[in-house]
Amino acid sequence: MTAKRVSYTLDSSLQSVNTAEETAQLLAAKAGFDEDNCLKISMAVREAAVNAVLHGNAYDPSKKMTVAFENTGQALVITITDEGRGLDVNSVPDPTTPENLLKQSGRGIFLMRSFMDEVRIRLLAPGTEVTMVKNVSGTAANHKEASK
Amino acid sequence: MSMKSSTRQVTGITIVDLSGRITLGEGSVLLRDMVRDLVTKGERKILLNLGDVTYIDSSGIGELVSAFTTVRNQGGELKLLNLTKKVHDLLQITKLYTVFDVKDDEATAVAAFK
Repeated sequence: MTAKRVSYTLDSSLQSVNTAEETAQLLAAKAGFDEDNCLKISMAVREAAVNAVLHGNAYDPSKKMTVAFENTGQALVITITDEGRGLDVNSVPDPTTPENLLKQSGRGIFLMRSFMDEVRIRLLAPGTEVTMVKNVSGTAANHKEASK
Repeated sequence: MSMKSSTRQVTGITIVDLSGRITLGEGSVLLRDMVRDLVTKGERKILLNLGDVTYIDSSGIGELVSAFTTVRNQGGELKLLNLTKKVHDLLQITKLYTVFDVKDDEATAVAAFK
């Protein structure tokens, strides 16, 4: 992979969620990820974009979502930012515990963490920035994992 | 491809054949309305055939959970049929696989309703 960064500023709409997902799928394939990992990456991006548009910006037409993809050579780094009131990640319960299992919502961040190697959530003023990292196989992180 | 559904009856069981994407927006709303409509009409034994569902996101998973609890709260049963590998894996990850009664074969699924 050669280092490259692209960024998109999108409206707070479902169409933007689909655009972010499709772009992630495309760029992940271009970065050399296999079909399974391309799907995981695009699903994680979809979940983050839904959070940004729905929970963050609340479909407010005056607020934008920014989606940036950076190919570092070792990983695909995706950053999704909204202009909403900010997400308190500590307030999001574990959706897999018995008391939360039958709740209708609350699985987005859990899925992002399941599909990506690293997920960082940072509060902005205003808004939330979600950074997700997927390592390319053969990088130091994967060698470390394989040697466990 | 957006979600499509068609309904048929087999020996008192309502089988809903779903196809396409169950995601936030059109797909999840369609699934919600369809299950509520069936329950309102008195259907209590519902089998969701997900064999042609190509994609499902957390909103779609939430709608499946909601459909399950809606039917169960009315004293009924909702089962899932023909999960694709993608949907199967998602239900495993979210620990919902053991919540739903999942079948691979329609005849077995129909026979499993009380």
